[in-house]
Amino acid sequence: MSGMQRLIVVVAGIALLGLFSFSAPAMMNDYFVRILTVMCINAMLVVSMGLANGFTGVFSLGHVGFVGVGAYVSGVLSLSASAKASYLPDLPAWIAGLHLSFLSSTIVAGLVCVVLAFLVGAPLMRLSGHFVSVATLGFLIIVNVVLINADDYTRGARTFTGVPLQTTFPWAMGWLLLALVVLARIVYSPKGRAWRAVREDTIAAQAIGIDVLPTRLSAFVIGAFFAGAGGSLYGHYLGSFSPAGFYFAYTFSLISMLVIGGMQSMTGAVVGVIIVSILSELLRNLERGFDLGVVAVPPLYGASQIVLGIIFILIMIFRPSGVMGDLELSFGRIAALLHKGRKE
Amino acid sequence: MSTELYIAQQIINAVSLGSLYALVAIGLSMIFGILRMTNFAHGDMMMVGAFGTLVLQFMNLGFGWAVLGGIGIGALAGVVVERVAYRPVRGAPEVTLLLTSLAVTYILENLGILIFTSSAQNFPLPEWMDSAFQLFDGQITFTQINLMTVALTAVALGALGWFVTRTDIGLGMRAAAEDMGAANLVGLDVNRLIVVAFAIASGFAGLAGILWAAQAGVVEPHMGFTPLLKAFVAAIIGGFGSIAGALIGGYLLGALEVFIVAFLPSEISPYRDAIVFILLIGFLLFRPNGLLKRSQEVKL
Repeated sequence: MSGMQRLIVVVAGIALLGLFSFSAPAMMNDYFVRILTVMCINAMLVVSMGLANGFTGVFSLGHVGFVGVGAYVSGVLSLSASAKASYLPDLPAWIAGLHLSFLSSTIVAGLVCVVLAFLVGAPLMRLSGHFVSVATLGFLIIVNVVLINADDYTRGARTFTGVPLQTTFPWAMGWLLLALVVLARIVYSPKGRAWRAVREDTIAAQAIGIDVLPTRLSAFVIGAFFAGAGGSLYGHYLGSFSPAGFYFAYTFSLISMLVIGGMQSMTGAVVGVIIVSILSELLRNLERGFDLGVVAVPPLYGASQIVLGIIFILIMIFRPSGVMGDLELSFGRIAALLHKGRKE
Repeated sequence: MSTELYIAQQIINAVSLGSLYALVAIGLSMIFGILRMTNFAHGDMMMVGAFGTLVLQFMNLGFGWAVLGGIGIGALAGVVVERVAYRPVRGAPEVTLLLTSLAVTYILENLGILIFTSSAQNFPLPEWMDSAFQLFDGQITFTQINLMTVALTAVALGALGWFVTRTDIGLGMRAAAEDMGAANLVGLDVNRLIVVAFAIASGFAGLAGILWAAQAGVVEPHMGFTPLLKAFVAAIIGGFGSIAGALIGGYLLGALEVFIVAFLPSEISPYRDAIVFILLIGFLLFRPNGLLKRSQEVKL
């Protein structure tokens, strides 16, 4: 396929998805639109998590820390002046006077996370293996403690509310497409190859002149931007949230999407989000209990998570690189499949 | 109130809290030492042990038997988890082991919710345990549970010390922690050693869970999570993989936490956990092998 043809396919694909996202609310009921919106936000978070965790081999457990920071930063910035006065009376004057639009508060949230990721990552990216996981888990806990105690900005452990509900399905889809296009450009560039080289063998990578620390840090920081922006989308989708929402349960749910789909592939991350979301939606409905006429199954709260955990372990045992492995759904692969199909 | 007595009171609190951290951290460190695995599900053995004790008490077993049974159930849970989830992924990359244990945590905590609901359950104590001692006109207070915590920890640690220095299996466990391949080569049954290590580690966690529940008065499915994270810190302070290190780390961490709350201004003390985890990150960066060992490993 020539470059021109590819471009046409990409543009057409994006246009189609765009059209779909704008017309979805008219075609489907609210329930499905909401699920699709959350899936888009989660996909953006999982794909950005995959940069450090999957492509660079630095398994961070702190991604949700950035999501939380993003949600709170954008929340504070986009709260209306009157809402600020009533919910957060102790805000410093210069913040109380700020009122940003949805888009700009989302970008600011992403940039704040970039700065934070740089400060946190510069020391932490020296660590490897489980040490980096434990250290980034420490970061997640520190973020949680600070969110709970910085009452003036976050209302502490109480619910932060009044954030305008501006994350519509087109917004979420738009951000997801932006993230996918930008990240795919980076992952499949010399930069991305350096990430994978560092993952496969740090010593060999150093031997061919790749500087490990900046390479890892770049993946961590770029991932954090989209985590912060995704946090903003999530915050503007929920409208009200508390620090407990950006803690271990959410971390595990994003990790399970990443790992089940396959963390060495962007397609895998998206596939993982689709699989886990559909599965947990189905299971959640079963969990409430149902009546088969002959036997009535009582509600079993927690059962859906148990099933998810078991699937996670089975994946770890039988297919540790996830459903997709390191395969991407790419033009070359589609063309090859079509070609093969024609031959047979 | 005199300063000396205030400090003495804080030391009592620190020893009591440190004992719990040490009990959890030792098991964590033992498993890490042998399998190079950060076992997130270790904290949930606290929950299993405490719920086990609760159920046995409902079955009208005496408190002492219920505690022993709870420890046994905790140990059994550890062995089952090892067999079902960890053995199939043994030898896989570190991150695979870590993720598997995360999934086990998720399953166990949700099993807890499924069986006992997510709300906290009362943890009944016999009357004789529910008393407090007061010295110096009430300036120093400690409960029977504090006393039991320290005494049971001392017994458990003594038994463990005897086990790993005097018995063949204990010596084998230490050999496997040094070099699992070599231990296998000289004919040690590594599988058996690992099962024993999980049983001891999980039994210790179960005991810690029972004592934790006795102090808090309640049991709930997520009770193991925070102590587990603290045990990570304790184990890393002492040198991850070393039993003696985890012991020292546990008491140091207990002391640090109690003293942060007791002696620092009240604006800082809510940030206790943040300080603890900053310490963790500091240790990982500058002394990854803990206080006891000189660092030699290349980390990047």
